[in-house]
Amino acid sequence: MTDGVAPPGNERPEGEPGWYSRVTGVGSSIRQATVIPALALVSALIIGAFIIAVTDVDTIRIWGDDPGEAFRLTFSGIADAYKALFVGSFGSIRAITETLYAATPLIFAGLAVAVGFQAGLFNIGANGQMHIGGMAALWVGFSISVPAFVHIPVALMAAIVAGAIWGGIAGLLKARTGAHEVITTIMLNFIALYLVDYWLKSSVFQQPGRNDPISQPAAESAQFPTLIGNYRLNIGFLLALAAVWFVWWLMYRSTVGYEFRAVGANPSGGKYAGMSVAWIYVSVMAVSGGLGGLAGANQILGLEPYRGLSNFAGTIGFDAIALALLGRSHPIGVLLAGLLFGALRSGGREMQGAAGIPIDLVLVVQALIIVFIAAPALVRAIYRIKAPDQDGGTTVSTGWGT
Amino acid sequence: MTANAPTVTAEVKTRATPEERRATAIGVILVLLGAFVFWIFGLGVESGARSNFNLSLPGERFENLRWEVSSQWLAFIVAATLAFLGGFVLRRSQVKRTNLALAIGLSLFVLAFLTWAAADGSFSLVGMLRSSVLLSVPVTLGALSGLMCERVAVINIAIEGQLLTAAFVGTIMGSAWGIWAGLIGAMLTGALLGAVLAVLAIRYRIDQIIAGVVINIFALGLTSFLARRVLSEAQELNSPGRFPSIKIPVLGDIPVVGSLLFNHNMFVYVTFLLVIALHFGLFYTRWGLRSRSVGEHPKAADTVGIDVYRIRYRNVIYGGLIAGFGGAFLTLAQVSRFEENLTAGIGFIGLAAMIFGRWMPLGALGAGLVFGFARALQQKLGILGTPIPSEFLSMTPYIVTIIVVAGVVGRARPPAADGQPYIKD
Repeated sequence: MTDGVAPPGNERPEGEPGWYSRVTGVGSSIRQATVIPALALVSALIIGAFIIAVTDVDTIRIWGDDPGEAFRLTFSGIADAYKALFVGSFGSIRAITETLYAATPLIFAGLAVAVGFQAGLFNIGANGQMHIGGMAALWVGFSISVPAFVHIPVALMAAIVAGAIWGGIAGLLKARTGAHEVITTIMLNFIALYLVDYWLKSSVFQQPGRNDPISQPAAESAQFPTLIGNYRLNIGFLLALAAVWFVWWLMYRSTVGYEFRAVGANPSGGKYAGMSVAWIYVSVMAVSGGLGGLAGANQILGLEPYRGLSNFAGTIGFDAIALALLGRSHPIGVLLAGLLFGALRSGGREMQGAAGIPIDLVLVVQALIIVFIAAPALVRAIYRIKAPDQDGGTTVSTGWGT
Repeated sequence: MTANAPTVTAEVKTRATPEERRATAIGVILVLLGAFVFWIFGLGVESGARSNFNLSLPGERFENLRWEVSSQWLAFIVAATLAFLGGFVLRRSQVKRTNLALAIGLSLFVLAFLTWAAADGSFSLVGMLRSSVLLSVPVTLGALSGLMCERVAVINIAIEGQLLTAAFVGTIMGSAWGIWAGLIGAMLTGALLGAVLAVLAIRYRIDQIIAGVVINIFALGLTSFLARRVLSEAQELNSPGRFPSIKIPVLGDIPVVGSLLFNHNMFVYVTFLLVIALHFGLFYTRWGLRSRSVGEHPKAADTVGIDVYRIRYRNVIYGGLIAGFGGAFLTLAQVSRFEENLTAGIGFIGLAAMIFGRWMPLGALGAGLVFGFARALQQKLGILGTPIPSEFLSMTPYIVTIIVVAGVVGRARPPAADGQPYIKD
């Protein structure tokens, strides 16, 4: 529905804010923008605790014989897990640097998705853009030898350009043919995944003497220098902060960003105001892809072993969707949400190591957070909060329609 | 909509132009393919080389059926046919036959390619086609699941998560109480996730794509978590056994066709029957008419007294049942063991097959077979040692889908109300 004409049966009642303000929180107070996310987090952690309890095989076996002891064990199990989660994310200087470190790629990728949301585009393709951007950064990283202050910027530029092209393909397809960006970005994700596998085994990238898909490492001058002592936290985090500022400036202080948001709020309105909607689709996806490319560069140049590996983007491209929703697509919100998810990841590793709870629980918690964020009515129903002025959930996309 | 708007008033002549241009492009592509076949597959092999295709599997009633052909001559014949097809499309510029010509051309191209790959060697053609059929089953079922939902305007990109969770539950229940219990458990799991999707999309009107993404992340997280925490402790819960192959009497003994279609496990037969049943159901029954009307124009459906919400809930849950059946196939027939992220994108290939098959059950089957063939071919190429990287074959479903949604080879049109929540006045 590129022209935004509401199809029959989908007229929105007068005065009800559209998905844009629901997702971005624009027009709602700080309190409204924080209460639901906070309750979503709490609810998700409670359900996570429940999952820990019911999967504790050893304790479940005791329930029949000694319910008191089993009860105690269940609660100490949950307490241990969440204590490790907290200690691993905020308990020490090292833990805090690990949280910031884990947050870095999430912030980049979250910004990528957020820019798309603000312009009414659903970029599921952060994963593919990360792969393509990361490989571009890696290629620059090992094929030229220049001092670090030149090498890193050039590698990052390569990542931005490559990611922007990959994202731009989806934008161009939407603008020219009406192909829905959700479908094209999902497909481009897989194409990128296999391209990376192919490149990793090609003579250009592959580590000499190896048969498995692993690349040569980026030169030392292209690796992100660390910030403090021997902690892993590196300049990638500062770059992420810069990206947050840039996106804020772009979306709220520049003409281009205004057009992005205008088209996101109402494509036909944008069109009648003289904006080229087609061009905006391409540029939004390019900006989004460029940010995704940076996330990919961070996974190569900021992460040991500084090599390309199969599926090096992991689930970050999908976590980014959760992040953008949680942060209401505002750059500051994405930053905070990124820090939270970074804490979950770094704490999750501690939880896995110290309490023996697989880190995959973090994925479950993240998924639950998105459900509660995307369906505020659900949280309100659980906590019996009165709906302020709206109900129902988010509608970001309107079908595959052409 | 923007692209279609002017065509309503424009004359028929002007509308035909882009399609004629497309026909011309396809004609040129066919001729180029012909030249490629002539050059690479024809002149690229020694003139005496022969390709040997095995048409039977070991242990069959008619063993040692084979088809031997001169590699070069076959390539020349294919090249000539391709050139003829290209000329046909170019001369007639007839839109209706273009896709047919393209399909025939591409199949011939694949045949020439296989002959070239098997030059001076033998190649188990039936073996590969048989594994294409097997590999197509989860893809087709995933596509059918997506189709059930999208025909009533609920986008289901949670197919991957449904398959994965169903495969997991099928493994555990199958190991504990036998394969039939596993099958039922898997299907109910799929239905449960379908119900979750339905509640999120219909009751809470969450963006359906977000709902799908959530279910996928949740499924991956939960199954990986449980696999590590429970399955690693209790290995005995991770060996469910398999559904056996059932050879259909008489039909199973027909050469070639028998081993392709009539000597499989129950899942394959049910999938074929399901495709036929859904095709009949969607287009020839009251249920199908109602479902399609809810997907195309819910308000009109509501006006004539169809309960839009009820039909949506019901079909999305049916879709979940089908995906659950597909998940069961993965761990109760294909392999008999669950591993983390076992599906690895099959659900998304199913989504692709649904689009490639244009939201039709028969199309889903066709697309599933094409994508299954691509995967089987990819596995075989490694053995044959051709210089073509398998990664490019793995990309086929995704590239094809982009081409289809971009309207390069015919336009795929989703149900009109797809993805839009219905708000009853």
